[in-house]
Amino acid sequence: MLRRTASALAVLALAGTAAGCARSGPDPATADHSRGPITVWLSNNAQEAQWGHQMVADWNKLHPDQHVRAQNIPAGKTSEEAISASIIAGTSACLVFNTSPAAVPQFQKQAGLVPLDDFPDGASYIEARSGGLAAQYRSEDGKYYQLPWKSNPVMILYNKKLFKKAGLDPEHPRLATYSEFLDTSRKLVRSGAADAAIWPAPSNEFFQSWFDFYPAFAAESGGTPLIKDGKPQFDSPAGRKVADFWRTFYQEKLAPQEAYPGDALADGKAAMATVGPWAIAAYKDKIDWGVAPVPTSDGRPASQVHTFSDQKSIGMFSACKNRATAWDVMKFATSQQQDGAFLTATGQMPVREHLAQQFAGWFAKNPAYRPFADQAEREVEVPNVAGSIDIWQAFRDAWTRSVVFGRQSPASALHDAAAKTSKILGEY
Amino acid sequence: MTLTRTLPQAPAARVPAPARRRRRSGIGALFVTPYMLYTLAVFAIPLGYTLWISFHRFYFTAPGAHAPSPWVGLSNYRDVLTDPVVGKSFLNIAIFLVINVPLTVGLSLVLATALNAKLPFRSFFRAAFYLPYITASVALVAVWQFLFGSDGLVNHALGGLAPDPSWLVNTHLAMPSIALFVTWKQLGFFVMLYLGALQNVGNDLYEAASVDGAGAVRKFWSITVPGVRPATTLVAVYAIVTGANLFSEPYLLTGGGGPDNSSTSPVLLMYQKGIEQGHPDFAAALGVVLIVLVLAVTLITRKLTERGD
Repeated sequence: MLRRTASALAVLALAGTAAGCARSGPDPATADHSRGPITVWLSNNAQEAQWGHQMVADWNKLHPDQHVRAQNIPAGKTSEEAISASIIAGTSACLVFNTSPAAVPQFQKQAGLVPLDDFPDGASYIEARSGGLAAQYRSEDGKYYQLPWKSNPVMILYNKKLFKKAGLDPEHPRLATYSEFLDTSRKLVRSGAADAAIWPAPSNEFFQSWFDFYPAFAAESGGTPLIKDGKPQFDSPAGRKVADFWRTFYQEKLAPQEAYPGDALADGKAAMATVGPWAIAAYKDKIDWGVAPVPTSDGRPASQVHTFSDQKSIGMFSACKNRATAWDVMKFATSQQQDGAFLTATGQMPVREHLAQQFAGWFAKNPAYRPFADQAEREVEVPNVAGSIDIWQAFRDAWTRSVVFGRQSPASALHDAAAKTSKILGEY
Repeated sequence: MTLTRTLPQAPAARVPAPARRRRRSGIGALFVTPYMLYTLAVFAIPLGYTLWISFHRFYFTAPGAHAPSPWVGLSNYRDVLTDPVVGKSFLNIAIFLVINVPLTVGLSLVLATALNAKLPFRSFFRAAFYLPYITASVALVAVWQFLFGSDGLVNHALGGLAPDPSWLVNTHLAMPSIALFVTWKQLGFFVMLYLGALQNVGNDLYEAASVDGAGAVRKFWSITVPGVRPATTLVAVYAIVTGANLFSEPYLLTGGGGPDNSSTSPVLLMYQKGIEQGHPDFAAALGVVLIVLVLAVTLITRKLTERGD
């Protein structure tokens, strides 16, 4: 009997394994032309979700035969983790309206994304909407696996009240050059106006460099991405200047080495933060704020300063059976009308060329957003290369070791990180 | 006269002994089947799959995608064993275990002995020690950050003696801080295990020792400690296994591995490599190495704690 039970269990196990292995996705040739109901995932940001549900309702009214269902991205430590798990399980939504460009190479490697060039007007639509900005979102094989959707160009938001308390002019803050920025920071901290001049997360997560190093590097280098032509760019005079600049903050205790368990700017603990336009709605009732471009060593004018885009794309996932509908929904959701509605609801910037001119009326009514719209013309994206997250993690390890904790000189840490990056790039 | 003879009747359908044994074992097998299936599904098959992945170049793909998974022999193990961060993570875990396991065993036994005695508010104390164990790590981490942060209560109390950088961002103090946190958090569970074991230590032994003039310390060393030795093995093994699988605390308390990977654990690294960076083959090999090491340490611990039985 026991032998029989054991045999039965073995058969069950084998059957289960076989069933698990015998997985198949939709046939692309059929799915690309197929129409019908689809599901889309939205970010859990309240304003984005509100816009997303309204957009879906508008679509459903016009296309009752191709019903769209909107849901929040399933919970996970990060959205990318939840999306990756859904790719493997074959349960991802047709469209995800919060796909991080840094994760695209990995999703692509997992065969989780549909190349949008498969649609006759795929590439032309993306390029017509985003103009020159679109080029950064092409993958290494020359295809678009993402539709660049919206960005949050990072700038320096500051608390006017704390500037005043420190005896600084809040209407004309001296934040353009590195020396001005550091002098202002010293006054803010040493006067006791704020615990920290600025408080970026000093922790080790791979994405944290997007909010300290990368905006400053984009500005200092005149818009150079982390990787260009298959080579790391940060072991350079611009990279070293940025690392030394940030090292001074930690060395002089103008920025703490510990993460703040909350929102340091909103709580009045930090006088400045590197944020995108989403912050305007978030801080409007909390602080009296002003905005300045990311500093450069020589104090370049705002019109020449580049920054990190903090962009999110729309991805179409390979589990989608009705891809023709999904592509139409993508275009509908990024039409001039829906982009206008999105801008109004969230304050985030649709990735459109000459955004400020296209929505001139809206920016005239909402002048607080205008600097961000201007900045959106000069954005740098994370590199669209295989091994992107490995590279960011290697960089972050070097950054925290040297710049934050001073256990190695920033120059030698950047050099080591560049060597490691080249090795990672060579392995893919 | 009719003579009626009443013969003893044989049982109507008496099952022969071997058949009875077979039926009984059949029922037994039925009872164990759900657990066996569960073990197969969530442990044995994934473990076998992990082992298989660790010998192949592998990444997870969408259904229907045909990604080659070539056999790479020990290549993933070579990558694991030559990665300096992996070495650091095992060193971190060694530091953690050296602090955590003796503290857990010692403190939980002493506390259990105290809570086993007739104390006022005994139930309250028992519940108080158990409370951190059943509270979510995320909530407790916030409290510890408040206590041990640069501007926290502990540093205020220490004044000029406070470490710089502070506890959780100090390369030398991050891992010991985590070890203390985990010891405190899990103490209640181990106290419960010891309290259960103490119920089996006869009172007559303590009475006889008292008659012989033994004091409290003597009785503790000569009666309590040997009396709960099987529980000590269990506590030590359990503390080692859970300690070696440390993830939430370094992830939450020290921001993803602490300064210069000073609190990175092997499981945190497995998460970073396998899930975040998409290298399940490397993560699988690291997992197998971790299993082997934990097994070895556990066996040594058993030998040491059961010595003299």
